Amino acid sequence: MINVLYFAWVRERIGLPKEKVETSATTVMGLVDELRAREERYALAFSDLSALRVALDQDLSDFDASLDGVREVAFFPPMTGG
Amino acid sequence: MRVVVQEAPFDPGAELNAFGKGDTDIGAVVSFTGVTRDVSGGLSRMQIEHYPGMTERALTQICEEAQSRWSLADLLVIHRHGVMEAGDNIMMVVTASRHRADAFAAADFLMDYLKSRAPFWKKEVTVDGADWVAAKDSDEDALDRWSQ
Repeated sequence: MINVLYFAWVRERIGLPKEKVETSATTVMGLVDELRAREERYALAFSDLSALRVALDQDLSDFDASLDGVREVAFFPPMTGG
Repeated sequence: MRVVVQEAPFDPGAELNAFGKGDTDIGAVVSFTGVTRDVSGGLSRMQIEHYPGMTERALTQICEEAQSRWSLADLLVIHRHGVMEAGDNIMMVVTASRHRADAFAAADFLMDYLKSRAPFWKKEVTVDGADWVAAKDSDEDALDRWSQ
C-alpha cells in the first residue's frame, strides 16, 4: 500500500488530493500506467508526463525511479514558487 | 538559518530589523520581498497551494546548499500559502554575510531555486475565471547558471 498525493491541476483533474493505492508496480512509470488504466480522469491527468513532476517520500525524483521502500508518491505540475 | 512556511501575513520591515541583530561580524544584509502582482489587470485573488512537509524540507535543502556555496552569517526564508490579493507580500529572502558579494549571490540563488524547486503552485483567480500559473522555461534556465 502506497500513499499517492496530487497537487494543483493534477489534484483537480483527478478529483482528490490523496489516496491509498494497492500496487504491484516497481517503478513510478509502472504506477502511472496502473493509474492511467483505471479511469478516464486519470488517463487525462497523466496524458503528458513532460508536464508533470514526481516526488518520492518528499524528494523530487523521476518517472524511471524505483518504488522500492517508497511510502509516499506525489504528482504535480512544475512548481511556481517565489 | 530560519525557514518559515505560513498562511498568515508577515511584516518584511520587522523581519529585516530583527534579522542578524547582535551579530557584529555581519557587514552586509540583502533582502528580497516577493509581492502579489496583478498581471492580467483583473486579479481578484491568488491562491497558493503547497505540499506540507516537502515544502519545509525543500526550502531547508536549498538554504543548506546556499550555506555550503557562500560564506553566510545567517539566512531567512519566509513563504506564504493560501489566499493573497494584489499587493500582498508572498515571500521574503534575507541573507547576511561579512561582505556584500556573498549575500547578493546567495539571495539570487535562493530565489532562482525556490521558484522552481520548492513545491508551491500559484492559481490566479480573475474576473474571467481561475487558472494555474504555468512555470516558465526561463525559470528552469535560470538554474543552469548555478550548476558547477
